Amino acid sequence: MSVPSETLKSLVKAAAEQVIASAPELTSLDQAIGDGDHGTNMKRGCEAVLGKLDAISAQPLDEALKMIGKTLVMTVGGASGPLYGSFFLAAGEALSHDKQLPDDLADVFGSAVDAVSARGRSHVGEKTMLDVLVPVLETLKTAAGQPDLIARVRTTAAEAVERTVPMQATKGRASFLGARSVGHVDPGARSSCVLVQAVCAGLEARP
Amino acid sequence: MTDTVGIVIVSHSSDIAKGTADMVRQMVGSEVKVAFCGGNPDGGLGTSVPLIIDAINAAWSPKGVAVLVDLGGAETNSEMAVEMLESARRDLVVVCNAPIVEGAVMAATEAAGGSSLAQVKAVAEELSAD
Repeated sequence: MSVPSETLKSLVKAAAEQVIASAPELTSLDQAIGDGDHGTNMKRGCEAVLGKLDAISAQPLDEALKMIGKTLVMTVGGASGPLYGSFFLAAGEALSHDKQLPDDLADVFGSAVDAVSARGRSHVGEKTMLDVLVPVLETLKTAAGQPDLIARVRTTAAEAVERTVPMQATKGRASFLGARSVGHVDPGARSSCVLVQAVCAGLEARP
Repeated sequence: MTDTVGIVIVSHSSDIAKGTADMVRQMVGSEVKVAFCGGNPDGGLGTSVPLIIDAINAAWSPKGVAVLVDLGGAETNSEMAVEMLESARRDLVVVCNAPIVEGAVMAATEAAGGSSLAQVKAVAEELSAD
């Protein structure tokens, strides 16, 4: 599937703007159990992506995803840069090889999630962005081809964020708090949810 | 001058990165190439992949470069920076699992004696051994 440039542009713009709008919330969540920079870091990265929006949306989808990934890597300034950067780089890489959208969406998303896991040497259940991305991947697999796929992905992401509240962090800065990390939403899980929800909303709004 | 392993110091704080480099210099003078960076792309606390790439290239030696980091994001960003180097250099850079100040001073002292990259890394990482 080739994605029309205008569709790609509006999706990337909506997702980046949604993350920027969520920056105060992400910072507040990170102040509770981390170093408090997740919102400003993600904002800086997304603003850099918006600054390259025309160049990004002029590319085929695989190259566009890699350009987004590289931009995040170079500008975010925290661990979330390489983590989200690796997500988009791996998704682009999967599409550059034999994967096609929409048929291979779950495979492409799976490659991206694997890259995050490898980069962070982390797995599901450690109170990280993977605690949203992995459940979303499961829904993409189980509900593939269903008419309500987008709605189910949205619900999955929202529920998955809430499930990070009782988790104790064992990766990232929040792990320094030990048991005191329990009782808070994970900021990385929240930013992943914001991104997933923004892309879902953008896809639903398509004419 | 014989080539020695280069040392790169990556901290969330530019003050810590510079201070650590000063301590390394006091120990090894100019026998070892030392480069450092700290701070996110806006200059606040954090780390920056392009600055890390620049520091690795500044400390470049044919014997390789050992990178010393402080907390999580410094390590993740350093590993990412290594992967973004030109392929000929990628395999000659290691990120050490060691405390940043002690690790940098020990690594640089070992490097000054002409040791290999593996030896420099091992000496720094002894500090983290149980």
